[in-house]
Amino acid sequence: MIKINNLQARVEDKEILKGINLEINPGEIHAIMGPNGSGKSTLSSVIAGREDYEVTGGSIDFEGEDLLDLNPEERAHKGIFLSFQYPVEIPGVTVSNFVKTAINESRKGRGEEPMEAREMLAKMREKTALLEMDKSYLSRSLNEGFSGGEKKRNEIFQMAMLEPKLAILDETDSGLDIDALRIVAGGVNKLRTADNAVIVITHYQRLLDYIKPDFVHVLYNGRIVKSGGPELAHELEEKGYDWIKAENA
Amino acid sequence: MTDLAQDLLSSFVVAEPQLNGSRNLGVVHLRKEALDRFEALGFPTTRDEEWKYTNLKPVLKHNYRILLKGDDAVSFADIKSYLLSDLDTYKLVFINGKYSSWLSDSTHQEFDVCTFAAALNKYPDTIAEYLGKAAPKGETFVDLNTAFADDGAFIRVKASQTVDKPIEILYLTTNENGPAFSQVRNLIIVEQNAEVQLVERHQNIGDQPSFTNFVSEVFAARDARVSYYKVQNDADEATLVDNTHVVQKEQSNVHVGTYTFGGKLVRNNLHFYSGGEHAESHMDGITIIGDGQTVDHHTLVDHQEPNCYSRELYKGIYLGKSHGIFNGKVMVRQKAQKTNAFQQNDNILLSDKAKVDTKPQLEIFADDVRCSHGCTIGQLDRNALFYLRSRGIPKHEAEGLMTYAFAADALEYVKIPQLEKRLNRVIAEKLGINLEFTL
Repeated sequence: MIKINNLQARVEDKEILKGINLEINPGEIHAIMGPNGSGKSTLSSVIAGREDYEVTGGSIDFEGEDLLDLNPEERAHKGIFLSFQYPVEIPGVTVSNFVKTAINESRKGRGEEPMEAREMLAKMREKTALLEMDKSYLSRSLNEGFSGGEKKRNEIFQMAMLEPKLAILDETDSGLDIDALRIVAGGVNKLRTADNAVIVITHYQRLLDYIKPDFVHVLYNGRIVKSGGPELAHELEEKGYDWIKAENA
Repeated sequence: MTDLAQDLLSSFVVAEPQLNGSRNLGVVHLRKEALDRFEALGFPTTRDEEWKYTNLKPVLKHNYRILLKGDDAVSFADIKSYLLSDLDTYKLVFINGKYSSWLSDSTHQEFDVCTFAAALNKYPDTIAEYLGKAAPKGETFVDLNTAFADDGAFIRVKASQTVDKPIEILYLTTNENGPAFSQVRNLIIVEQNAEVQLVERHQNIGDQPSFTNFVSEVFAARDARVSYYKVQNDADEATLVDNTHVVQKEQSNVHVGTYTFGGKLVRNNLHFYSGGEHAESHMDGITIIGDGQTVDHHTLVDHQEPNCYSRELYKGIYLGKSHGIFNGKVMVRQKAQKTNAFQQNDNILLSDKAKVDTKPQLEIFADDVRCSHGCTIGQLDRNALFYLRSRGIPKHEAEGLMTYAFAADALEYVKIPQLEKRLNRVIAEKLGINLEFTL
């Protein structure tokens, strides 16, 4: 589905990604772990198309297409979704209108007709229920005055509505208490199919108890320095990141 | 002295005997004095502190006609789009400063929704009591208007009455015979515990330059409630100087909303005189302008009595080569303890060529008050823009959506849903976004 080859990126003069290689197939869940400042959020932003980062080398192939040629909205239309670590507050725009706009713009981008109002409504009901959200969420201003947990749940709600092929969850567990974590992770698991894939970016093992990855990668200093199965996450949990740093010093 | 000022002074001799109220000695006197002051003052230049950022020279140079005639050829179809079509309202329509009874829907039943000219004859005592009592003498444009204006809206709502539907005031300028200089005047008297809603608009429906010098005096007695909305979306060659002066008594609540989307140059001088305890003064507005347009909001809240509240929120969105000016003065007199005054002016520049000058001005002579003020000039938040785009919303729409979200809270106090809808529509149009976003 996505093939990242020797990806290098910088922000201003600072080199952050120094040659990332990663391949993800439909149906897979990949976890990317690593200490602070290792480049995890940069990688997710670069995949989603954030223009503050300059890609200086390498390629990202998404379903046979060069992703780096596309702007953020076009990538979204192709089925890439980034759940933000810090979702942005937009006063004056309700959650339901925002989601409606996002869905229909994506459909337009793909040359499809807008979604029928009735279908939209039914889908919103279904997905709010899935994430145990009160319906009143829908008429609130987007993220305005939301608690950290509400913001994250709202991100997963949008993901559920947009049904991306590749979802990148950037530190979705931060700011969540254990109940919210269970609900959010439960939502992600229920949205899983044989055709879509998920990248979970996280600091801690905790989220991976709920969302079971097929592969775990350790990002350090702009490179993936170790890859393995779920047991790697446990090892990191136990031993911390120091041995990774020592190995790559 | 400018040519226009000379023309005005010499025209007065011809005009004066024909003006409405020329048989009312008090009014005649008022006019003459005002003209003398105008002669001494002349038009302001950028050397005047209050006009430092707004250069009138380019709009004063036109060869304006001063003594205008009404225009009977204007039909309802011509003006329909300037009125709230889906709402029943009283209507006062003026063409080139002359009342058009044909296009209007006035009343004298329980309250007066009529013309200044009619009131000059019908209610000389009321005129003597109120005319010129809110608008200060010694301000050039006010004085010039006092000398010349002989028609406009006269509204008087008696104690404890509520006007059953909004009043729309439409001032039209037609200018087939060349540029037009028009001077019109409102007198709005809202007595104790009475209530009224007003929607006002100045519109040039020709293709020549126009200059409108407008004065509106509003008197809100004890417990009176006034909602006053100004829709400023005039033609590209239109200039408006709007002098609105509001006098408030105890527990009155007055809101003036100013929504500016068009015109070549718009200068709003909006003054509130908060002269009774627990009075509430609200003023807010949205400005969205583009290439070649200037909008200048000069506001004053004069807190004269204790325990009053004022709220001021102006949002500005500047595209192309446009220029915005905000000068917000809050005066708290020594007696006005426990004043609570809020002022905020936020601006977004959507172009490298747009310019904003913003200046809060606080003069506080009381020691137990709460006054906050702030102004911001910025661009759209890149992080937020990326957030929206990453959800599939194209850049242009994302910018429009964020700009709308930025401005929308200045519409919070609009009490007429049809007007709110209309303003939303104009905003969406100006920002080039789909209405779906906003409703």
